[in-house]
Amino acid sequence: MGNPTTLSRRSFLQVSAVAGGGLMIGFYLPGLVKQAKGQTGVFAPNIWLRIAPDDSVTVLLTALELGQGAMTAMPMLVAEELDADWNKVKLEWVGADPAYGNPNMRGTQTTAASQSTRGYWKMLREAGAAARAMLVTAAAQTWGVPEDSCSTENGEVLHSPSGRRLRYGALVEKASALPVPKPVTLKDQRNFRLLGQPIPRRDIPEKVNGSAIYGMDVKVPNKLVARVLRCPVFGGKVASFNADKAKAVPGVRHVVQIASGPAAAGGSFTASIQGWPGIAVVADNFWAATQGLKALQVKWDEGPNANLSSEEIRKRFAEAAEKPGAVARNDGDFDQAIAGAAKQLKAVYELPYLAHATMEPMNCTADVRPDGCDVWVSTQSHTSAHQAAVRITGLPASKVKIHTTYVGGGFGRRGEADYAAEAVEISKAVGRPVQVIWTREDDMQHDFYRPVTYVHFWAALDGSGMPIGWKTRLVQPSLRARFNPRALEASRGVDGISIGGIAELRYSIPHLRAEYILNDPGVPVGFWRAPGGSVSGYVTESFFDEIAAAAGKDPYELRRRLLDKAPRLRGVLDLAAEKAGWGKPLPPGRFRGISVLETIGSFVSQVAEVSVAPDGKVRVHRVVCAVDCGWIINPDTIQAQIEGGIIYGLTAALQGEITIKNGRVVQSNFHDYPMLRMNETPEIEVYIVPSSEAPGGIGELSTPPIASAVVNAIFAATGKRIRRLPIRAQELRPA
Amino acid sequence: MISLTVNGKQQKVEVRPDTPLLWVLRETLGLTGTKFGCGMNQCGACTVHVDGKPMRSCQTPISSVAGKKVTTIEGLSADSSHPLQQAWIAEQVPQCGYCQSGQIMAAAALLAAKRRPSDQDIDAALDGNICRCGTYQRIRRAIHRAAKMMGAEA
Repeated sequence: MGNPTTLSRRSFLQVSAVAGGGLMIGFYLPGLVKQAKGQTGVFAPNIWLRIAPDDSVTVLLTALELGQGAMTAMPMLVAEELDADWNKVKLEWVGADPAYGNPNMRGTQTTAASQSTRGYWKMLREAGAAARAMLVTAAAQTWGVPEDSCSTENGEVLHSPSGRRLRYGALVEKASALPVPKPVTLKDQRNFRLLGQPIPRRDIPEKVNGSAIYGMDVKVPNKLVARVLRCPVFGGKVASFNADKAKAVPGVRHVVQIASGPAAAGGSFTASIQGWPGIAVVADNFWAATQGLKALQVKWDEGPNANLSSEEIRKRFAEAAEKPGAVARNDGDFDQAIAGAAKQLKAVYELPYLAHATMEPMNCTADVRPDGCDVWVSTQSHTSAHQAAVRITGLPASKVKIHTTYVGGGFGRRGEADYAAEAVEISKAVGRPVQVIWTREDDMQHDFYRPVTYVHFWAALDGSGMPIGWKTRLVQPSLRARFNPRALEASRGVDGISIGGIAELRYSIPHLRAEYILNDPGVPVGFWRAPGGSVSGYVTESFFDEIAAAAGKDPYELRRRLLDKAPRLRGVLDLAAEKAGWGKPLPPGRFRGISVLETIGSFVSQVAEVSVAPDGKVRVHRVVCAVDCGWIINPDTIQAQIEGGIIYGLTAALQGEITIKNGRVVQSNFHDYPMLRMNETPEIEVYIVPSSEAPGGIGELSTPPIASAVVNAIFAATGKRIRRLPIRAQELRPA
Repeated sequence: MISLTVNGKQQKVEVRPDTPLLWVLRETLGLTGTKFGCGMNQCGACTVHVDGKPMRSCQTPISSVAGKKVTTIEGLSADSSHPLQQAWIAEQVPQCGYCQSGQIMAAAALLAAKRRPSDQDIDAALDGNICRCGTYQRIRRAIHRAAKMMGAEA
């Protein structure tokens, strides 16, 4: 087997599996090239791809498929540089393996924060380019011709002067014996064949016939099904319960109390790696477990949050906003600017907690045995699921295997491993494979919510109406306090996730101050599609519109003028305005609103066309969206993500609100936490700015601007400013 | 013992009579293409056809479909050849894909009843189906495309 010690355990297994049958290429560490020596027929300079004698190219996948197109985009990056035949590219998931960690996600295998492309594009292209160079060398040596007289195309090396060709599969053995070139040259964008093309997604055929396997669909022999009753009050725990009554239900096998120990110290990514205090009923099937749950007669110790309410939180936040906070930005002298201002503006904006509501409720299957553990889970983080299972089983990391499935929606919820921890703990207790299935109610009432937020703004205008000063004070529970408390300390109490979009305002305004105040009422918070941007995009772009109105200036023109030092932002703003026909007449009753912002390394602008009915009901007819996300991998995927992100943000703006009463979440299912539906969907147009800049994120790009675009259009329609989401029809009815 | 026909095949199942059809399909018969989304007739992810009509299987007790014909996404075609499935691929509709079995089954019932549905028909027939990824615009296009394909076949 040669010397595979430089490969990780799982990579070693892959090499073993292909020994004698093909060639494998992989970077053990980004950029570091290692070869498994002495293996005839095995070409192994990096961990991202292997080529078999039958010409098949297998690309190894770590970024999980949430519907964002990662399992098509990632291999496109490899195949482009390799000049592979796309039809011969096969895909294989790598499972949990630190060798595949995302450098932009602190080395974890976490598919989140719109970081898959940004974290992996360079190393994936380099992996393909290195393999291509070796195949060229192998062919040139075979023919006895100079390498620079050879080219590659569609899975073959060509020697044009003589018309000779060699398939990659025929070069496997020879290429395997070659040293790996370093550094490698990447293609010029003008020579892309795959990148920039609307390549059909690899996952879609399985998603139209019911054969795609999500975590929920995993079949494991001898599996039992668990449902868990969790304390409805955050921070509460089990006082007593009646296991006998539940066990008397036919089909119920076990009743297990879970997550009763002290809180787990976080793992390296500090996603939740433990379950919620509760009682698991384990049965032959879902329905029996459900009946068993009803018989439990649980009494809860509701703990210190038993009286918490949304009204109370609102009051606390308003009080907290009276005092200055940690300073995130301080340009010029705001106090002096406002003292000498010709006009002053003041406003308070509020946003609620929001649930993720992925279509696939949380679930996980675990099989814990004395000598090992298998976990099948729809997750955004193999790392957090793996950490949870290792912690609970006490097994060595190498004995815990995470199996990849399709993911029925992530949006940040599935970076957490609370539900995986539950399955592992229950399987360990009962000694059989167990699938824990959450209901929609479980999912909505035990989420890690988009933080509730209270923002106070002040602005100073000069005699000509131009804004010269802008101060923000934002009160919010902190995501960073939970995920990276040391970083919060290092930034002197400023949570950049929360206030980044506000602190990095690009408008040319000389006196800018931004303050952050941490206030955590005790409701769990987590990453939600654009956790910071969904807040900052709404509040800053709405308040900017207030400034424009107070100054008597066109909101597009004023943005344009003050983005004089932000050409890419101005670029998307102009494109959106042009495509939307800004300033041109609209059908009667329709009005436009505009917004523009920078987030996740990309730039976005939207124009919404809105009407407001006499009863105050808002209808969004059309949304024009311009994006600049650097050079393009798959334009159709960008378009799909932009469309979906707008619907996600519009759902929140028009209908999304999680409220707290008696320490628990009031909403429970789609009847009281409604989603936008087909008949409410606007016509969405997407325009992409051509660019040669490095790729930015796309999954969370279009969610942040939509609320402000709509609210600004409502102002144009009614003169009323919506400063509290969701948009309430009663606020828009004539008095 | 309850008898029913699922995707053309006679099945006998021994479960509590109040068990929802959804869980019989998924757990007893292993047909996992039909999805659990809300359990209360709100999201449409569990949509199947019962005697040709769209039904939410999460709220349909198995006892109520005894002797009836049930079609699931797996039974829509043997090889993804149904025009809706072809149109779904052509329009690249699914993102996460979890709701799409239900969307397709709701659309199939619509097209069976109305060969050339209007946008309003689509709104009415599909407004019970939630897609959290927001693929509605593509679903609408795919239904129109499938309707055209079926018109061309007829």
